[in-house]
Parts: sequence; C-alpha cells; structure tokens
Amino acid sequence: MIKIVFFAALREQLGCSELSLASTNILTINQLKQALIEHQPQWQNLIENNTLLSAINHEMVDGEHPVKSGDEIAFFPPVTGG
Amino acid sequence: MNNEVSIQEDDFSLADEVAFLESDNAIDGAVVTFTGRVRNKNEGLNVTALTLEHYPGMTEKLLAKIITTAKERWDIGRVKVIHRIGRLEIGEQIVFVGVTSQHRQDAFAANEFIMDYLKVKAPFWKKELTENGEKWLDAKSSDNNKAQQWS
Repeated sequence: MIKIVFFAALREQLGCSELSLASTNILTINQLKQALIEHQPQWQNLIENNTLLSAINHEMVDGEHPVKSGDEIAFFPPVTGG
Repeated sequence: MNNEVSIQEDDFSLADEVAFLESDNAIDGAVVTFTGRVRNKNEGLNVTALTLEHYPGMTEKLLAKIITTAKERWDIGRVKVIHRIGRLEIGEQIVFVGVTSQHRQDAFAANEFIMDYLKVKAPFWKKELTENGEKWLDAKSSDNNKAQQWS
C-alpha cells in the first residue's frame, strides 16, 4: 500500500486529508496521480494542476520519481509560511 | 528532537529566546533576531486573523536542513527557529529566527538566509481571514527571487 496525504487548499478542495492505494502498477509520482484520478475522476483538475508539489517520505520529488510500497506521498500547493 | 527547531501553537518570548542564545555563550558577540508578525492588511484587504497549517515531520526536517546549510556557509554559533501553527490574530508573532556569531556579518547573513529559505521551502500554508471571507494565500514570486539570490 501507498499512503497519500494532502495539505492546505488542496486538502480542502479534494475534501480528503489522506488515503491509501494498492501499489500495483504504480511506479512513479505521475502514475500515482493517474491512479488517484481513476479513483476519483472529479479530482482530475486539482491533481493535474502543474503548480502542485510532491514529496516522498518528507523529501521533495518530481513526477518521474519512483514510488514504492510503504512510501508516504504528499501533494500540496506552493508553500506560504514565514 | 533537535532543540534548534520548534513548531508550536503557543506564543514565544523574544527575551527568553535571546537568553537561550546568549547563556554560557561568551564567544559570540553578535545576536541577530528576526520576528515575523500577523499584519492587519494584505493586498489591500483588512485581515482579521490567519490560520497556519504545516506538514508535521517534513517541516522539522526541512528546517534542520536549512540550519545545517547555514552553518556550513557562515561561521555561526547558536541557531533557533520557531514557527507557530493554528489560528493567529493580528499583531501576534508567527515566526522567530535567532542566530549568534562572533562578529555581526555572519549572524546577519545567516539569519536572512534561513528566513528566505524557510519562506520558499518549509511546508507551511497560511489561510487568511479577511473582510471578504477566507482565502489561502498564493506563493509570491518575489519570495522565490529573494531566496534565489543565495544560490
């Protein structure tokens, strides 16, 4: 399984803070995004937003980064702290 | 957990933080502190309050990494970074960065570097409560440009 967490505006727009997906056929962040869209088609525009950032196990990664079972993947908008 | 970083709901005392940076630290002659507060106006709208969210775990790691980079780059002594989360009212303190060094140049530069990188790297998000309702803030390109000056 892969644990996926969402933050801030994205979390509110999706109406979801976390979920788990079976890791079968999910090899990269981009493939995970497609799996999320298949899981919830109404999420397509939010998940395909190209400003969306992604992290694996707390490290920022890009779309081609490999994903493996047991990873925690986070998706979130550009950060605005400080 | 590393005592250089604190993510907390509670307010902090500038005097206590300076005391921590200075205690048993006679080698450092410079103490530079920055405090960020909630402004009453943003983009022309009256702000009532802010809510701050973060990614627990990743935030602490990222801030620790920024501090490590600052220590490699400048000759600095102690560092403390505090960031508050949850609901904050106008005028409340949001963020603190304190850095000590033997001479002032290193502490000034490292403090600004840490703050600039925190702004664009650390996973915090602000939601503003204004006269027109709630709004998640957009990231500013000026903050990215400012952080890039260090690279």
